[in-house]
Amino acid sequence: MGADVELVSPFVLEYAYKRSTGPVIGRFLTSLRDGRIEGVRTAAGRVLCPPVEYDPDTGEDVQDFVEVGPCATVLTWTWIDAPLRDHPVQVPFAFALVQLEGADTSMLHAVCAPREDMATGMRVRAVFRDERVGSITDIAHFEIDTGVSKDLVPNEATEPITRFKAPTRLEYVVAAGATTAEFLRGVLRRELIGRRCPSCEKIYLPPRGSCPTCGVRTTELVPMAQKGTVTTFSVIRIPFEGQVLEPPYAAAHVLLDGGDTPLLHIVGDVDVDLVRMGMRVEAVWAEQLEPTLASVRYFRPIDEPDVPYAEIRGHV
Amino acid sequence: MNERCAVIGIGQTQYAAKRGDVSMPGLVREAAKRALEDAGLTWADIDAVVLGKAPDMFEGVVQPELFMAGALGAVGKSMIRVHTAGSVGGSTAVVASHLVSSGVHKRVLTVAYEKQSESNAMWALSQRFPFNPPVMAGAGGYFAPIIRAYMARTDAPDHIGLKVAVKDRQNAALNPLAHLQMPDITEEMVRASPMLWDPVRYLETCPSSDGACAMIFSSDGSEVDNPAWVLSTAMRSEPMLFPGRDEVNPRAGADCATSAYKDAGITPDQLDCAEIYVPFSWYEPMWLENLHLFESGWKAIDAGHTHLGGKLPINMSGGVLSSNPIGASGMIRFAEAARQVRGTADKHQVDGAKLAMGHAYGGGSQFFSMWIVGQERP
Ligand SMILES: [Zn+2]
Repeated sequence: MGADVELVSPFVLEYAYKRSTGPVIGRFLTSLRDGRIEGVRTAAGRVLCPPVEYDPDTGEDVQDFVEVGPCATVLTWTWIDAPLRDHPVQVPFAFALVQLEGADTSMLHAVCAPREDMATGMRVRAVFRDERVGSITDIAHFEIDTGVSKDLVPNEATEPITRFKAPTRLEYVVAAGATTAEFLRGVLRRELIGRRCPSCEKIYLPPRGSCPTCGVRTTELVPMAQKGTVTTFSVIRIPFEGQVLEPPYAAAHVLLDGGDTPLLHIVGDVDVDLVRMGMRVEAVWAEQLEPTLASVRYFRPIDEPDVPYAEIRGHV
Repeated sequence: MNERCAVIGIGQTQYAAKRGDVSMPGLVREAAKRALEDAGLTWADIDAVVLGKAPDMFEGVVQPELFMAGALGAVGKSMIRVHTAGSVGGSTAVVASHLVSSGVHKRVLTVAYEKQSESNAMWALSQRFPFNPPVMAGAGGYFAPIIRAYMARTDAPDHIGLKVAVKDRQNAALNPLAHLQMPDITEEMVRASPMLWDPVRYLETCPSSDGACAMIFSSDGSEVDNPAWVLSTAMRSEPMLFPGRDEVNPRAGADCATSAYKDAGITPDQLDCAEIYVPFSWYEPMWLENLHLFESGWKAIDAGHTHLGGKLPINMSGGVLSSNPIGASGMIRFAEAARQVRGTADKHQVDGAKLAMGHAYGGGSQFFSMWIVGQERP
């Protein structure tokens, strides 16, 4: 088992989501760009900052803006000795909940101050960046309030902020697991090895560790033929973000001879318009074998008569 | 389940490719506030909130129920999130209705949404996972081979897909909330549109939409004059891959339908109309058979039985083919069924509809949810 768990692969999910702000957050961000901090006042008179579009106590809309800060009180804090890449400042700092003057709620932001000066209840002041774009990070950080504010560099932009990008990157290490690792070791020998369920005797390829129909472990390893039949397919003609293959290409369900589950793979070495249900195909291996089913580059047609539809009907 | 459950409020947003004018909380609030207004209630009248949406990757907001709790007036109340892929809007309504019919809560708000413009579902559904060939090509890439198999199995002629594509867009022209407004669409236009996932053409495919749908359920229906009574609900699922799996006519879908009709005490021929989950036009004939509505789905369509005014109108609202905020799409189906029996479907109203069915499916045809609603208190 030890070796199996070591078959891992990096996997990155990365996307820059495109947020629309709506009127309330949009105005908050626009004000930040102008060097001001605004909250919203609820019907009961509470001032929420950062603002939301609704009164969390009643669910009612909130649209009454009030300027708050730039001075604030630290409600609580935690010290960051070694800032990470995406942290708002790159020197040791405190993450703090700061309640801006005139607001009844607090926001999370960075406080830059000597660690020995950090205290709950301390007075701080927002420090605006010179270049502001309409983002919460237009406040560079908060610092100890000395009663003196730095002059604000004016901003020429007049368009209201209505959207922003939210880049996200998740880095995974995907472990193949015992069953798939065993299958992929076979792939490195140009073998396709399925697993048979001891109860219903059906063969799974790619293999599964258990049979979803019977709920029992699959035990027997079954080396499979590398020839099969296209039971159904689609010709992918649409281009899309992140696409690996150049369209058009045929994505097919290939039922290997003797097998019971179709394999999703590519049919190649043939004009996509000639791909058809019942077509006989065989695996074409890559020169360089890797522990992935993509080491089968595609399935290509072979010179055998098509399988009649009646014989593949039960597999689509 | 000792109590009744009635739909007393329905609210929908405008469906569009991009609702750049609202935030995500603003979008769900638009639907929820319209549902409250429809029911003549305020946020304070709601006991619990049930939220549904499709995979978090679609907007990159993990655990949206936490993000949305304040926006949906759920502070200090019970709130849960349901997730069953594309069928989620339906299952969310089912779960919410059970909170009422079980007697746990008196009034429940349920909301489902998707803001597809903030991301790219095609990207999200086409990830190349480690150890696998790069064979994923969005939902269309998954379903197109199944559609081809249906065509082969039933000898359905090519124009059936065109007919459904036209019929649903003509219905959408009667529904001002629908995303696609193509009143002049013809079969020729559909045929001439680009082939995306052969045999599925561009105009035989659903759009990518922003939108939210909300409903309010009550245990006695006394809040309004015209509640829709929930006569039955059903959910079924099946694994994505097992030997002998029939993806053209999935067992889980058929069982779900059998259960829904039985629990409502009806036979399918008693339905006045149905709103079913058809993201690709060929799924109308497939589901007509799977849900026991017609023996031959394509022949029923060819005969015009599923048009407004036909024997069994299908997808009066314009369907998923005309508006597809994925997470909300199932709930929109359920809500349209309720609108029909409440008599509030405006220009897409089926005259005198007393019994209607709503249906949704998701994943690789793995999750099914249905309900049957009626005008008469059971
Ligand atoms: Zn088995």
